[in-house]
Amino acid sequence: MNEDKRRQRTKMVTYPSGAVIPERDLGKSPVLECSHLGIEFGGLKAVEDFNLVLGRTEIAGLIGPNGAGKTTIFNLLTKVYQPTHGSVLIDGLDTQSMTVVDVSKAGVARTFQNIRLFGNMSVEDNVRIGLHNQIKYDMFTGIFRLPRYFSREKQQHEKAMELLDIFNMADLADAKAGSLPYGAQRRLEIVRALATNPKLLLLDEPAAGMNPHETEELMDNILRIRDSFQIAVLLIEHDMNLVMGICEGICVLNFGRVIAKGTPEEIQSNPVVIEAYLGKKKEAGQ
Amino acid sequence: MTNPKIKKKDRALTVSWIVVAAVYAAVFAAEQVISPNSMLFTVLKKGATYALVAVSMNLLNGFTGIFSLGQAGFMLLGAYTYAIFTIPLEHRSSVYQYFNGGVVQFTLPWFLAMILAGLVAAFFAWLIGLPVLRLKSDYLAIATLGFAEIIRAILQWNQLGPVTNGSNMLRLFPNFNSFNILKADGSVAVYLSTTVPFLIAGVCIGLIVLLLHSGYGRAFKSIRDDEVAAEAMGVNLAHHKQLAFCISSFFAGVGGAMLAMYQTTVQAKSFTTAMTYEILLMVVIGGVGSVTGSVISSFLFVACSEWWLRFLDNEQFIGDFQVPLLRNGFRLVVFSIIIMVVVLFFRRGIMGTRELPDVIRALPGAVRSLPEKMRARRERRSASRKEAGR
Repeated sequence: MNEDKRRQRTKMVTYPSGAVIPERDLGKSPVLECSHLGIEFGGLKAVEDFNLVLGRTEIAGLIGPNGAGKTTIFNLLTKVYQPTHGSVLIDGLDTQSMTVVDVSKAGVARTFQNIRLFGNMSVEDNVRIGLHNQIKYDMFTGIFRLPRYFSREKQQHEKAMELLDIFNMADLADAKAGSLPYGAQRRLEIVRALATNPKLLLLDEPAAGMNPHETEELMDNILRIRDSFQIAVLLIEHDMNLVMGICEGICVLNFGRVIAKGTPEEIQSNPVVIEAYLGKKKEAGQ
Repeated sequence: MTNPKIKKKDRALTVSWIVVAAVYAAVFAAEQVISPNSMLFTVLKKGATYALVAVSMNLLNGFTGIFSLGQAGFMLLGAYTYAIFTIPLEHRSSVYQYFNGGVVQFTLPWFLAMILAGLVAAFFAWLIGLPVLRLKSDYLAIATLGFAEIIRAILQWNQLGPVTNGSNMLRLFPNFNSFNILKADGSVAVYLSTTVPFLIAGVCIGLIVLLLHSGYGRAFKSIRDDEVAAEAMGVNLAHHKQLAFCISSFFAGVGGAMLAMYQTTVQAKSFTTAMTYEILLMVVIGGVGSVTGSVISSFLFVACSEWWLRFLDNEQFIGDFQVPLLRNGFRLVVFSIIIMVVVLFFRRGIMGTRELPDVIRALPGAVRSLPEKMRARRERRSASRKEAGR
């Protein structure tokens, strides 16, 4: 159903600053602006001079060989690591002095490459942790079960069920998160991230370990989430089918540096990218 | 859709309430009938005290994933606070005989003193939590253990004598027997010396359970399961850890006050590291992450160490034959072996992470629906195998 929609390319436009964003996001302030972002680990430049501007509802991909620094960039954006150079603006706010929690409140949610669910808690409770900062009450209300406790808990329950319905997981609400099959755990991580009411969703290898059919479904779901929540998505992925299928802009990293940027078509035909992925062609005779 | 499930849950909850009420009724009845000198009441009083402390430790270790070993220190603070503020004025000169009756010249009602005991423990927890909670796992355990030792040393310091009575004993404060209702002639009309400690422990444990089943409990559990993910989802780690630490210490302080009442005297030197280990053992034997487990194991632990294994300490004769090995101290050998067996073979403890309603829910239909359950499990397993194979 979404097959045609995916094929239909978004028109990308260039800002005066050189940033490229989808045409429909023109006139709205970008959700994420990184400029000259970099981090060094004891002299090793893990990420260097990383620039990225994301439109309000853009789906962008971050690709590159293993060890290129993709997850490091996610950790920089969410303040798990403190950048040694450059700045990150989320929705226009400088993240310089923010903590991981502040970034979450500012509207950035993420999933993890190696699934990090709350394994001993129920599926619903996992989502409710995501709602933690949206629907809350004080400790006194919680312990003494004041009326507000019940109304807030009900709100949380309804919201959690609504979110779980995105992936048709409402009937699994009482299951233990750790006992879910792998694919369902990946989906639950996305639901939990969505529960934090983000403006920008960071997906770290969402299709890892999925079969082609599940990946197709995931692609439709990512598009659907973007359309219904009107959020931007930045994803790291090795599955080129997914990246080329739904990403509007792609950024290729190698050894911590951006080696190419552009639309899927531009990236596919870029010699530098091909070299990074497949190695240098030997000159004849050498 | 979820209606039948909710009904089932509620029924299990109702049954749990009935079970708890029955226990309280039985304790009250037993107290009126059986001689107050029976070992049973020693075990019940001490058991109730330790149950509260074990649950408070489980709140930290089992539900928040903070490995703290400072429980004895917080109990000590609670016990001393309670004792210092409840010794009647007329006894102060004899208790504080080396310090001219001490500096505290007023008494609080036992109830207020008990809450104050909790508050003092919580305040110190807040103070040391600021630096210490940045540490992780073993380091945190060592730091809190060290804190407990330091508190023990400071409270015995002679310079603090006017308040803490130095290394001397605090005594003559109201104890569990003060709860008995007396007739005019001084004989006991209604025995409450075991029922009231049960009520205090019950209310405190109830508050902890209510907390655990609120959004705060969920946040604690998320920290236990995965700190990194919890933080990324917006759970403020420092705030919630500090909160869990203070609440746990508050109830450890109240537990300390109860221990003071049970012992009728308090002396700092008895709140040793071994005491913390005992409490940790109760938590582990009961099941890390189960309130019910901690309560049950506390009573079992106290009963074994104080009562059921006592016969091992005395020489026994079968006819003319003297049973070998039985002599003073052998009880501890057997006790240690039991603990090792539990830790080796029942690693998840008596209850695992189940609570009383879970057990009740599993009880009646368990045998009837076994074939159905097995089929469901087979299906689940093959489904997950398929999932993994992909």
